[in-house]
Amino acid sequence: MSETGHGEGRNRLERRFNALAAENRAGLVTFITAGDPSLDVSLDLLKGLAKAGADIIELGIAFTDPMADGPSIQAAGLRALDAGITLKKTLQMIRAFRESDFETPIVCMGYYNPIYKYGVDAFLRDAKQAGVDGLIVVDLPPEEDEELCLPALAAGLNFIRLATPTTDNKRLPTVLKNTSGFVYYVSIAGVTGTEAVKAADVQPAIERIKRQTSLPVAVGFGIKTPADAAAIASIADAAVVGSAIVDRIAEGLDDKGRPTPRLVEGVLEFVSSLSAGVKQARV
Amino acid sequence: MPDAWPCPYSNISLMSQSNHTQPKDTPPETNTAAPDSNGHFGIYGGRFVAETLMPLILDLESHYRAAQDDPTFSAEFESLLTHYVGRPSPLYYAERLTEYLGGAKLYFKRDELNHTGAHKINNCIGQILLARRMGKKRIIAETGAGQHGVATATVAARFGLPCVIYMGAKDIERQKPNVFRMKLLGAEVRPVTSGTCTLKDAMNEALRDWVAHVEDTFYIIGTVAGPHPYPAMVRDFQSVIGREARAQILEFEGRLPDTLVACIGGGSNAMGLFYPFLDDPVEMIGVEAAGKGIDTDAHAASLAGGSPGVLHGNRTYLLQTDDGQIKDAHSISAGLDYPGIGPEHAWLHDSGRVTYTAATDAQALEAFQLCAKQEGIIPALEPAHALAEVILRAPDLPEDHILIMNMCGRGDKDIFTVSDALGVSLT
Repeated sequence: MSETGHGEGRNRLERRFNALAAENRAGLVTFITAGDPSLDVSLDLLKGLAKAGADIIELGIAFTDPMADGPSIQAAGLRALDAGITLKKTLQMIRAFRESDFETPIVCMGYYNPIYKYGVDAFLRDAKQAGVDGLIVVDLPPEEDEELCLPALAAGLNFIRLATPTTDNKRLPTVLKNTSGFVYYVSIAGVTGTEAVKAADVQPAIERIKRQTSLPVAVGFGIKTPADAAAIASIADAAVVGSAIVDRIAEGLDDKGRPTPRLVEGVLEFVSSLSAGVKQARV
Repeated sequence: MPDAWPCPYSNISLMSQSNHTQPKDTPPETNTAAPDSNGHFGIYGGRFVAETLMPLILDLESHYRAAQDDPTFSAEFESLLTHYVGRPSPLYYAERLTEYLGGAKLYFKRDELNHTGAHKINNCIGQILLARRMGKKRIIAETGAGQHGVATATVAARFGLPCVIYMGAKDIERQKPNVFRMKLLGAEVRPVTSGTCTLKDAMNEALRDWVAHVEDTFYIIGTVAGPHPYPAMVRDFQSVIGREARAQILEFEGRLPDTLVACIGGGSNAMGLFYPFLDDPVEMIGVEAAGKGIDTDAHAASLAGGSPGVLHGNRTYLLQTDDGQIKDAHSISAGLDYPGIGPEHAWLHDSGRVTYTAATDAQALEAFQLCAKQEGIIPALEPAHALAEVILRAPDLPEDHILIMNMCGRGDKDIFTVSDALGVSLT
C-alpha cells in the first residue's frame, strides 16, 4: 500500500492527537528500535504495540554511535545491526506494518548519518511512501534546518523537534519555528534511560512551551513505570516510553542473545500496563 | 582588524577574524577565512549536536570570541606556553637524515619536546583558560593514545579542577603507561566498553557525560573535530606550531619552506602547522594511517578510504558502510585510530590545497627505527607516519628543497607497541 494524498502522513499524527483530545486523555508513545532483537520479532512487536495500547509508535533507526542514548538503547541498536537491519529494511518493515494498520502514526527516530548516506531526497520519498509520519533526528538542531527539516516539511513529513531543560525562553522560538506534529520535551539533561522523571519538575516546562505553541507536547526520558507514565499523562499531551520497553526486550533474550517465545508477550504486557496508566491519569 | 594575539614569532594573528561578519554562503577569499559564522568549511563542519548541547556550544563560541579580543587572555596563554610548556619548540635541521636520504633539506618541528611529550598540550592550555573564564568546575575529555588525556589531566591538575578522562577499554590495554600517568596527575580514567571500545566510543561517552552535566562541565576536545567552534578553536590554539615554524625558517633560510608534512588522525597537529602557511605558496602533505593497507578493512584513512558523513557534531569524511554505519578504524598508532578527520582537512582535501596520502603500519615502523638510529630521536608512531612519507619523497627532491615535518610527539609511550610488533620481549 502506498500513500497518494499530499500531506496524508502529517494528517495521521494530527488526527491521532485530535482523537486523544476528544477522549480527554494523553497519548502513549512507545519506542522500539527497528530490527531489535531480530527483523521478524521486531515486526511482530511493531504490529502488537498498537493493539497493546500504543497511540503513536516511535521507531528507532539503528546507528553504531548513538551519542544521546544510554546503555539500553545503545544495546538495542547493536542487536538490531547484528541482526542485519539497515535503513532500507527499516522502511520495508514500516511498509509491512502499514498493510494492516493505516491509522497508528509512526515517527522514525535516529541520527542523521544513515539518512544522509541514504540520500535525503531518496529517504524522504521512500519514507513517505512506506507510511512514515514524522522524523525525530537527534543531531539536527534548528541551526541545521536546511539539511533535512525543511526538505522533510516540503515532502509532507512532520519534523519533530526536541526541546530540553537547556532550551531557555530566548531560544525556544528558534526550536519551535519549524517543528510540526508535536513537540518532544526531553525531561532531563542527560541521555535516555538513566534517571527517573519527576512530573513536578516537568510541569513548568510544559507550561512554558504551551505559551509559545499550539502543538501537542509529548514528554520523554526517564518514564519507566505505569505510574511514571500516568504522572506525565496528567500534565502532558503524551508520554514517551523507550528504554523501559527496550529493557523488556533484553529480558526476553536467552543467555545466547536469542529471543525466547515469551519475549513479544512480555513486552506487550508491559505496554498494556503503561497504556492503562496513561488512560487512568485524568480520570 | 586589530591583532589581538601578539606573537613574538609572526605578525599573523592567532585567528583569522574576518569570518565574524562574513555572511553565510559567501565563499572565503582566502584559505584562512573559513569557517563561516555557522562553522562551515565548504560543506563540512557545522553543529550536528543534540538540542541539550546546542545552547552550550553557542555559549562556548561567544566566550571564545570574547577571549580572542581580550589581551589578558592571550598574554596568559603565551606565558603558559613559554614557561610551562617550554615553547617555542626548536626547528631542527635533521642533518644526518638529510644526508642519508640524499635529497630535500629536512627540518623537524620539535613539538615532541613540549611538556607531556606532544603537541596536544598547546590546545589544552587554551581550553582550560577558557573553562576557567567561563566558571566551569569540572573537566572531561576523550583520549585514544592517551596523549590528549595526559595533556588534559596535566592542565586540570595545574588549575586545580577535577578531571574525568574517557578512554576505550581496548586503548587502556595498549596504552598502560599513559593511563598510569593520567592517574598520577589526579584524573579519573573511565574505561569505555560501548561500541568498539576505542576513541570514537570514548568521544560518544564524553558527549553523554557532557549532556548530563551541562551546568558545570567543560569538554576539552583534543582534535580539530566536533561541533563548531571546536575545529576552529583547536586549530587556532595549535597554530602556534606553524607561526613559530614560519618565523624560524625565515630566520634560518631567509625564505618560506617548499613542503610541509604532518600526520593526520583527527588532524590537529597538521592544522596547527599548516594554517599559518595556507595562503603562502607552500606545498602541504597530510599523511593518514593506512594500517594494514587502504585496500584492506584495517586502516584509519578517512579521506583515502571513506566518504562524507555526519558524526560527533560535524560533517566530514568518515569510514562507514553503505548504510551509514561507522566502521572500525585500525592503526598501529592509537592516536591515528579514528574513523573520521577534522572538517577543515575534508575541505582542504576537496579543494586540492593540501595533498593527502597514507602510510601503513609497516612503513611507520620502519621510519620509527630509522629516525631513532639516524637522528637519536625516538618519534611517536603518529609522526613516524609523516616521516614514512618524507622517506618516500625526499630522495627525489633537489638539495635546495626545504621540507618541514612536524615531529608532533615522542615515542616513549610506544615502546611496548613497537617491541611487540618487532617481536622483542621486554619482560
